[in-house]
Amino acid sequence: MKTFTTLYAQLDGTTKTSDKVRALVEYFATADPADAAWAIALLIGRKPRQAVASPRLREWAAAESGISDWLFQESYDAVGDVAETIALLLPRPERSSDLTLSRWIEERLLPLAKLDDDQKRLAVVDAWRQLDHEQRFLWNKLLSGGFRVGVSRQLVIRALAAHGNIEPAAVAHRLMGDWTPTPAFFQSLLVRDETDTSSSRPYPFFLAHAIDQPPAALGPRDAWQAEWKWDGIRCQLIRRQGQTYLWTRGEELVTERYPELVSAAECLPDGLVLDGEILPIKNGQVGPFSQLQRRIGRKSVPKSILSEIPVVLFAYDLLEASGQDMRLDPLALRRGKLERLVKELGARHPAVAERIRLSPVVEAETWEQLQAAWRGSRAQQAEGLMLKDRGKAYGVGRERGAWWKWKVAPLTIDAVLTAARRGSGKRASLYTDYTFGVWHNGALVTIAQAYSGLTDQEIRQVDAFIRRNMVEKFGPVRTVKPELVFELAFEGLNRSSRHRSGVAVRFPRIVRIRTDKQAHDADSLETLKALLPPIEAHTPDRASKKPATSD
Amino acid sequence: MTAASEPLLTRTDHGLYCAQGDFFVDPWRAVDQAVITHAHADHLAWGCRRYLASRECLPIARRRLQPGAEVGHLEYGQTIDIGGVKISLHPAGHIRGSAQVRLERSGQVWVVSGDYKIEPDPTCTPFEPVRCHVFISECTFGLPIYRWPEPIQVFQEILAWWQSNQQAGRASLLLGYSLGKAQRLLAGLAATSGSAEGANLPGPIYIHGAIEPLNDAYREGGFVLPHTRRVAEAEKGTDWSRALILAPPSAHGTPWTRRLGAHSTAQASGWMRIRGTRRRRAIDRGFVLSDHVDWPGLLSAIDATAAETVLLTHGYTAAVVRWLQEQGRDAHALATRYQGEHDDAEELIPALDVQPKPDNQLHGDSASPAGKVT
Ligand SMILES: [Zn+2]
Repeated sequence: MKTFTTLYAQLDGTTKTSDKVRALVEYFATADPADAAWAIALLIGRKPRQAVASPRLREWAAAESGISDWLFQESYDAVGDVAETIALLLPRPERSSDLTLSRWIEERLLPLAKLDDDQKRLAVVDAWRQLDHEQRFLWNKLLSGGFRVGVSRQLVIRALAAHGNIEPAAVAHRLMGDWTPTPAFFQSLLVRDETDTSSSRPYPFFLAHAIDQPPAALGPRDAWQAEWKWDGIRCQLIRRQGQTYLWTRGEELVTERYPELVSAAECLPDGLVLDGEILPIKNGQVGPFSQLQRRIGRKSVPKSILSEIPVVLFAYDLLEASGQDMRLDPLALRRGKLERLVKELGARHPAVAERIRLSPVVEAETWEQLQAAWRGSRAQQAEGLMLKDRGKAYGVGRERGAWWKWKVAPLTIDAVLTAARRGSGKRASLYTDYTFGVWHNGALVTIAQAYSGLTDQEIRQVDAFIRRNMVEKFGPVRTVKPELVFELAFEGLNRSSRHRSGVAVRFPRIVRIRTDKQAHDADSLETLKALLPPIEAHTPDRASKKPATSD
Repeated sequence: MTAASEPLLTRTDHGLYCAQGDFFVDPWRAVDQAVITHAHADHLAWGCRRYLASRECLPIARRRLQPGAEVGHLEYGQTIDIGGVKISLHPAGHIRGSAQVRLERSGQVWVVSGDYKIEPDPTCTPFEPVRCHVFISECTFGLPIYRWPEPIQVFQEILAWWQSNQQAGRASLLLGYSLGKAQRLLAGLAATSGSAEGANLPGPIYIHGAIEPLNDAYREGGFVLPHTRRVAEAEKGTDWSRALILAPPSAHGTPWTRRLGAHSTAQASGWMRIRGTRRRRAIDRGFVLSDHVDWPGLLSAIDATAAETVLLTHGYTAAVVRWLQEQGRDAHALATRYQGEHDDAEELIPALDVQPKPDNQLHGDSASPAGKVT
């Protein structure tokens, strides 16, 4: 397990992706294939099931360390992670172990499932007595089913591709589906012949830059196609050799997660690649991203979720048609073909056209009119507009000039810090989770909790403020003298009967600390409520939704 | 007579006060007479009329106090009498000049530990346990998760990290508090590489401007530190990739670090024992090197005083009090200005500059009878 512990330390000890990839490549090049296969499984989140319940582990570790339960709890509160707390508390090991990662997992970890608690305890304690601090930490993580490390599946794929000198998309494809971590599997990942995977391969996504000038400065209005900037999952739908593949912008193959799109895609012609956005839809209305979050990360999708949160693909570009790469054609041409394609689909398969739609062009003759439409983005569940040069090709990566995103500013409000709790995991030593209130009838009403948005320095300053200004303790929560004012931004807000304030804010985040303001300068609940959308569900503006005809 | 009948120290809103001798130990605000344990900012209030410190502490305290401040000094172990209270200072091993304050009156002995550690540290006189009736101990790291590795092993790790950075062509930025930790790192790295003057170090050492006056204070007190250069004085085009750059934690992530080009950032601190602390601060490498006592050290130090009563302050007081009480000791928490667990915060955390308002004293809690030695 030592080489894997070293890899873990390297991955954990840097935030630079290039360093992480280098460490992974080096590991794959030198590790025993059986270990490498398990390492891949662990790194991409296919970890073994929890072998021992966390309360048991705590109990055994406290006994082995000679401390009482409450002191274990105090220690845990300071560390924020059971596996690490145990590793820190255990007495020094009696001996050391040269057993490999795969043997630790296959011979020590997996057999635990068949043992009773007493036998498990003996096995676990025996392991602790021969592992050093770093190894114990990983062992505990494996035992509790909580192994995680700061590398994405993409980095693992990149490293494997670099190590085997093959295409990342081929590796990504081979990592899909069911496999068991064996030496043979590891070797099959690195096979040079890529014909098994080539038909699934997506094109690199073309990305937009945030616009840094008034849109009117882009030139004639009609040179630019405007579309809603959706808050969904950017995705390529590939239809080749009778198969369908859905790739996200993070080059994750998510085909299995959207069965309704896959069955709709069966009616699409072969040799076709669409670029678009997966969005939740209900009663003809695009839903917020928070609904989609309930589907992201699900490997299998139960029927209840399928009917509760159905999705559609809003296609906005055509990258391949009849097996031909279209990317060098100007947008106007691609768009025209895309519109004809969707129209034909609608004529032949109306039900399918409900699933695979055309993302509308937002019509506006002048930049002023377009700006008016832009202001209504939120009502469309859009983050703003995309502006795309009609004359340009579909680029690679983040080239400047052809595509701009023009986002609407988030809503902001000044609120008072009223309570805090420590972060979890890596933030456990600091008070990082804040509760905010605004004024209502002379008291502060909680409106949001927010975690992000401050610099490290500010987090420490706020932490110090909280420690010096604690008022009361409710479990892990500390109420704080209401003195610090923060500017909060959020993506939207809605009426809510579940919140005492009557308002639910969406994606609150901290913009800055308002040290120039005092608590009584913060906003009131009435100000917040004035930002609510009108009572009636907003009907999208028909005019702007109507697909444009190509000219 | 018991410690309870006539406390030698009580907590006031200015800090620990000895009424019999009319002086404070490590007051939080300006007072008439202050006995100080060491020169860290949270133990050294500005504007007192008269200070008393150890002789080793003198050059450091002078640099940190207002010019012309009156600072008296004692040798370790030397005793003076103020108002019938015998006062002596004893090595605390925390940083150079750090002392435990021993007070004796009518056969009662109280000891205030200040900050202290047991591990060897070439920059200061080693901690000496002092027998007493009442021991007031810090417990910054008063949880069993805090156990320090051998310092020599840590210095070897730092040297190895420095060398691997050299091979990778990037500079080594090492963060440590500018008073105490920085000098301990300099002396420890030099000694571990085989020469106190630093002749065998892998490359040059540069220091941040905030550290220099304190290095000077150490050298002025006769302590040998390896040769260092100031970052600000480096010529244009300096190749930082071979160098170790020593800076206070507050330099982390500031524009100041940009001049170093590609670099790896490490911090030497007891807090680095916890993975989350390091990751939260986006530090590449954490070295567990503390100037405070760890859990086993704390328990052994308390035992060595043979104290009847132990008062805990600065840190995980509740946990240590409960643990000691379970072991049958008379232990209590002594409330201090700092409620939290981050000692040495003075260098880490510049206070938030909130506009003052009349009723907004950040830590002006009214005096509760301190420690309540009952
Ligand atoms: Zn100190």
